[in-house]
Amino acid sequence: MTPLLTVSNLSRDFTKSLDMVAKLLNRLGQNYREEVVHAVDDVSFSVFKGEIVGVVGESGCGKSTLGRMIAGILPPTNGQVFFDVTQAKNTDIPDALRTQMIFQDPFSSLNPRKRVIDIITEAPIHHKLIAPSEKRAFAIEMLQRVGLDPDTLERYPHQFSGGQRQRVGIARALAVSPEFLVCDESIAALDVSIQAQIINLFVDLKDSFDLTYLFISHDIGVIEHISDRVIVMYLGRIVETAPIETFVKQPNHPYTQALLAGVPRLEVGKRQYEPISGEIPSPLSPPTGCHFHPRCKFATPRCKAEKPALREIAPGHFSACHLNDEA
Amino acid sequence: MDPILQIKDLQTHFFTKAGVLKAVDGVSLEIKSGEIVGLVGESGSGKSITGFSIMGLVDAPGQIVGGQILFKGQDLAKLSPAEMQAYRGNRIAMIFQDPMMTLNPVLRIETQMVETILSHDSSVSKVDAHARARDALGLVGISSPDERLRAYPHQFSGGMRQRVSIAIAMLNRPDLIIADEPTTALDVTIQGQVIHEMQRLCQETKTALLWITHDLAVVAGIAERICVMYAGRIVEQGANANVIAAPMHPYTKGLLGSVPGQNRRGQPLQQIEGMVPSMMNLPTGCAFQNRCNLVSDICTSTNPDATSTKDGRLVRCHNIAAGDRA
Repeated sequence: MTPLLTVSNLSRDFTKSLDMVAKLLNRLGQNYREEVVHAVDDVSFSVFKGEIVGVVGESGCGKSTLGRMIAGILPPTNGQVFFDVTQAKNTDIPDALRTQMIFQDPFSSLNPRKRVIDIITEAPIHHKLIAPSEKRAFAIEMLQRVGLDPDTLERYPHQFSGGQRQRVGIARALAVSPEFLVCDESIAALDVSIQAQIINLFVDLKDSFDLTYLFISHDIGVIEHISDRVIVMYLGRIVETAPIETFVKQPNHPYTQALLAGVPRLEVGKRQYEPISGEIPSPLSPPTGCHFHPRCKFATPRCKAEKPALREIAPGHFSACHLNDEA
Repeated sequence: MDPILQIKDLQTHFFTKAGVLKAVDGVSLEIKSGEIVGLVGESGSGKSITGFSIMGLVDAPGQIVGGQILFKGQDLAKLSPAEMQAYRGNRIAMIFQDPMMTLNPVLRIETQMVETILSHDSSVSKVDAHARARDALGLVGISSPDERLRAYPHQFSGGMRQRVSIAIAMLNRPDLIIADEPTTALDVTIQGQVIHEMQRLCQETKTALLWITHDLAVVAGIAERICVMYAGRIVEQGANANVIAAPMHPYTKGLLGSVPGQNRRGQPLQQIEGMVPSMMNLPTGCAFQNRCNLVSDICTSTNPDATSTKDGRLVRCHNIAAGDRA
């Protein structure tokens, strides 16, 4: 089986260019360098049709940048994202529409001056997927698909609650019949009971629209619930990818283990937290070798010097850790 | 042992142009010394306003209109602002969600910490205050505290800033700390560190802790007792193990059922239908009626009182089985 989406050697740097003073001082013989953040650093993976792939990591690990590059919002510095059009169900829609994104904040991702009917139908009318005369019927159908009352058609975004607004955002993404959805922290801003509604909606839509997801979240509980496969990122690099059962039961990378150990669980009885020490290093000056070595209790001199490669340690289970070489 | 804090039928209302909003409507709870109590609820449930009411931080148009907040027998709701000042930051301290908003960005950490000590006890010398500040930073796990005292808040990371706020809260050895979503803004590994420090400090100093959060899983691991709030009222309160293992109120059941995790893979999450009703026009009777699947005539007419159960819980629901009632 060939993957639907292949990401190869994808990187994205953000450069803070020198200001006037620094440029001037450089001319006078000083040596100021531009600051470069490798937000995503040589990332490769693939996603098969119908899969839900979860991406977890803490703030600054590059998971959102990765999502934006896959959705085509942000051009990569290096590498490429390949979408296999031969597996697409609709051959007549523009390729750029095949991947759609659903954002975290349902407040800022909808135009406050547009009515819901226009928010949903703008893209399909522009791309001539529907005729302007079909606008109303189409919008009603989309609203019903995401569980909103068709009476809300003429409303503005501020007249909705957070959960409803997220549903509008989903309807807007689905309006161009995409194949692939990138959900970037799409439920993080919602209350627990509303979160459950939206997660269930995502799962239902997957079946009815034949979708494939890249689900980005910092919430490991959500990822465990929804994903088939998990990608763990740390400071711009993939440290581990594993099928969900392996991720939960036999995480290999020390960072994944620490991450899982730190998650508060709904278990009866008190527990003692034994957290990993240290802070997340600044992406401006990441540690040498393995990025995780200053916080890792198994670190060896080799971890400090040499970047570990992402290697397959079991079928479908990849990990970037030097410890696997010694066993 | 007498509880350190005893809230009796607290009512905090907001008098807005659109009408009276009963943000806290008859909340009763108590905390013993050294105990961690979790106050859980969704946004708008009144959990933060409960915390603010204890601290005397409710601003106009909000007002405490009824009930008592007994702190070591003294009713805080009756105190003048000046008298309250003596308690706040001294005997009772608060930790907020966003440490960037609570620390003054233009003052060094040292200035802010020394001020906290001296404003409550002017007899302490500057040298002693400095030493206490340094020790407090060390206590919350900040390395090289002498150096860090000279730093400004923006020079710390989010997790470090939250540790500084915890250190400031602990400075005067308070009897009670109110922590309002202290780990919500933090990453998972850092959240684990902060929970660990708080747990350790409360055990060592016998400080009581009211942990306000929307995340049941966080308090499930640390609290002795859990109070679940909905629409301004505590709908269920009881021992941690009882509430988590066998919730009685339909809202608590729904809340627990909607937490995603590995145990529920492949099955749809149980969801609470509908939305939190507007606090401006709550329905007559039980506030949860429009989302509850056990709703009957009595639920739409009478607001349920807190019913005691055999295992010592208080549940506001008409549908508690007779066998469970105390």
